[in-house]
Amino acid sequence: MSTTETRNANADIDQEFVASIVTKAMRAGASDAEAVYADGDEFEVEVRMGEVETLKESGSRALGLRVFIGQRTASTSTSDLSAEGIERLVSGAVALAAVTSEDPFVGLPDKEDFGAIPGDLELFHEDVYSLPAQERIEYARRAEAAALAYDARITNSKGGSFNAATGRKILANSRGFIGEYRTSYCSIAAQPIAQAPDGAMQRDYWYTDARSLRLLGSPEAVGQEAARRALRRLGARKVKTQRVPLVFAPEIAPSILSEVLHAVNGDAVYRNASFLAGKLGETIAAANITIVDDGTMPGRFGTKPFDGEGLPTRRTMVLERGVLQSYLLNTYTARKLNLRSTGNAARGLAGTPGIGAGNFYLEPGTETQQQILAAILSGLYVTELLGHGGNIVTGDYSCGASGLWIENGELAYPVEEITIAGNMKEMLHNIAAIGSDLIFYGSVACPTIRIEGMTIAGE
Amino acid sequence: MPRTVPSAQPNGTSNTTSHPANDMRATRQFFYERLGLSDRLLERCLGEALSAGGDYADLYFEYVTASSLGLDESLVKSASQGISAGCGIRVVSGERTGYAYTDDLSAERLLRAARTAAYIASGPAKQPIAGFTEAAAPSLYPIAGLSVDAEVSAKLELLQRADRAARAYDARIVQVRASFADELRRILVVASDGSFAADTQPMARCNVFVIAKDGENITRGTSGGGGRVMMNFFLTEKTPEHFAVEAARQAVLQLSAVAAPAGEMEVVLGPGWPGILLHEAVGHGLEADFNRKKTSAFAGLIGQQVASPKVTVVDNGVIPNRRGSLNVDDEGSPTQETVLIENGVLKGYLSDKLSARLMGIADTGNGRRESYQHIPMPRMTNTYMLSGEDAPEDILRSVKRGLYAVNFGGGQVDITNGKFVFSASEAYLIEDGKITAPVKNATLIGNGPEALKYVSMVGNDLALDEGVGTCGKAGQSVPVGVGMPTIKLDKMTVGGTGN
Repeated sequence: MSTTETRNANADIDQEFVASIVTKAMRAGASDAEAVYADGDEFEVEVRMGEVETLKESGSRALGLRVFIGQRTASTSTSDLSAEGIERLVSGAVALAAVTSEDPFVGLPDKEDFGAIPGDLELFHEDVYSLPAQERIEYARRAEAAALAYDARITNSKGGSFNAATGRKILANSRGFIGEYRTSYCSIAAQPIAQAPDGAMQRDYWYTDARSLRLLGSPEAVGQEAARRALRRLGARKVKTQRVPLVFAPEIAPSILSEVLHAVNGDAVYRNASFLAGKLGETIAAANITIVDDGTMPGRFGTKPFDGEGLPTRRTMVLERGVLQSYLLNTYTARKLNLRSTGNAARGLAGTPGIGAGNFYLEPGTETQQQILAAILSGLYVTELLGHGGNIVTGDYSCGASGLWIENGELAYPVEEITIAGNMKEMLHNIAAIGSDLIFYGSVACPTIRIEGMTIAGE
Repeated sequence: MPRTVPSAQPNGTSNTTSHPANDMRATRQFFYERLGLSDRLLERCLGEALSAGGDYADLYFEYVTASSLGLDESLVKSASQGISAGCGIRVVSGERTGYAYTDDLSAERLLRAARTAAYIASGPAKQPIAGFTEAAAPSLYPIAGLSVDAEVSAKLELLQRADRAARAYDARIVQVRASFADELRRILVVASDGSFAADTQPMARCNVFVIAKDGENITRGTSGGGGRVMMNFFLTEKTPEHFAVEAARQAVLQLSAVAAPAGEMEVVLGPGWPGILLHEAVGHGLEADFNRKKTSAFAGLIGQQVASPKVTVVDNGVIPNRRGSLNVDDEGSPTQETVLIENGVLKGYLSDKLSARLMGIADTGNGRRESYQHIPMPRMTNTYMLSGEDAPEDILRSVKRGLYAVNFGGGQVDITNGKFVFSASEAYLIEDGKITAPVKNATLIGNGPEALKYVSMVGNDLALDEGVGTCGKAGQSVPVGVGMPTIKLDKMTVGGTGN
């Protein structure tokens, strides 16, 4: 393993280097400029049926530049960090800006808005690369082995895996902002296949991920949970077309909440391409619904010290007791809507900044999942969604699903090859129960929810 | 789970322009001169890659230049360009793959990446075959007259025309966003078996997104297309007006859409992009890697009836100018036309070098990867169903009550249990053989190895899509094409909310 070599490969790049790109752009004729640098490295091992299948290890780095000439703007990016590559990055951006239109809303944020959350946000832990190679392989192997050993009906596997990655981002602009942060990530996953006596197969997966190795779950727990999930799908059947209560578990409910996230994206809002456009201050959901975006929570996957334009991240109340309080905005969309940025600019290397959430979550309720299920005579507990059936312009929602049928308050049998459909505008008013089980599997989190009035299409 | 994301469009026709013979030398020269590569260096890297043994090693060099322009609210709001270059090095030992990549193409870093990839094997060093043999390859796309070489002003003109056409279509069109994106991807693949291939692959696409508003009722429409084409394509074959009017038409149509029905019913799919059904229902399930590992619902079904006898499905990487076409795949192997299902019988899989060797089958030239940062795997190119004998109007006339779906968003499939979905973005009710009300977006769901058994009629109107598909598998995105004639499925589940 050449891990150490790879990790130190970018030691020559620092804030001064990134600031020098901004200076070069200003010298080339830009009236404002913003440079972003990102590097990262990744390690991945996949084990299948006990044998190493792939081993991947590498690093990469690249630069992005956004320039302004008055009210015109353009951007360039490159993985060629040679003097010649940087010259082309700068001259290309300045030349390209000349062909764009003057837009009064374009520009860097105001100087007084820049900043970063102070203190250690626990985003980077050196330990993700601390394991020797053989032990990393063992993690993947143990997760898969635990799944295969769990039950005789687990007959095959798409493998077990261990991943580790670190990244670094530096942002500098001509109005004096410069900032840098590092992140780390590691995960263990297993994807077993269960087989019924008639030969029908079902796969499922489970994983644990964290920013530090010491926060990871055990490979055995991952494998066993993955096996349990695959097994419970065996013998799945279709059900009739009907309307019943749907229950979304915390691992699947974030998919529903993501529809709200897309609908409060300032980019969709200012162009009226969202069912929540023009609804600020209005009641758009049941009174039990409070949704928060918080980019400052230590250690979480949606946390950053500053956003893609150099504004400090913050906690934003999006929905409070059903009333729409705020959209998620970057500088451009805020100016378009005559509002202030919420520090949600998301900046890749190429193109103009978009909008990204911090940690976007629905405030938990008080009921346990068991209590929520117990209140349902007949309904569906959704365990998987297939496809991407949300239309955020109209709010219409239609998606493939599988799950477990709820009968007299208990999970009775697996169900598949059905769809669930409704409209988000109504679904938000029809969240009849909210669980206490808020778990941050990713940067969007939602506890168990029960939604009324959706249509299941089946036989 | 593999999923395909488009912004879709049916009724495409294949472009059959021919091009001068493929000049691998020019691409090879680009890499040698621009990036300082040499036969000697490539041989040293392959030698280093096999320094711990292994059956096979290859080097994949990639140099991509990309640009995009965006017109929004009638303003040129975005303009960007980028360069991405790097090399991925792979070592295969039995079923094991070691992989490393670098975006620093100095000899030192290349050799280091080769050593990293070599850790997968553990045996005595092997020698790569001395000298390289260039693969023969067709020339399926242009090497001159590309949009990447066109003046920015010419591309902006396209966008402005799209903006005007969409707004002129109907007063209720309140937002128009048009974009033009193109790239030129140069690749060089050399392997320890002595194979050597280089290719220059253009790609261009025009896209239009609109919002229609009528009182409180707001809808969207999208349209787009392109392929491995010259600038001329957008001036003569598929003009910006074509895409703009199509996007506007869809948005306006949706203003009067009723709730889609829910439940099992007869479904007629229009020609072109609805072929995404094949991509999801059978295509992914026939990728060799899933079948080698027996994780596909299609594993072990070769020679068996998996569709109606009216169904013949092929994957074809050699159609000129198509989005999914390639002169050589990302392992340097020539692409081809592969029959997947013939008269309903399952014929074969889509393979890459690794699965061909491990399964003892031919390499169909379907080894593809997103970039130098990714390991190649079997992927589709252009997947479509051949025409049948039915007239499309007879097909519609035969339906008592059902859904006529002509345009789709994306789709997704669970390879292992075969369940797949695809979401209709333009569909109508069929009542007593007649097309009636347009319906709202709805997802259709089926079971791959079963769904095509219900195909009872196949139209004589095969069309390929307009060049919008991007397929995702194991975190890797690659451009693909699909196609289909009008077909009737006697039974499929439609995921609406209506009765």
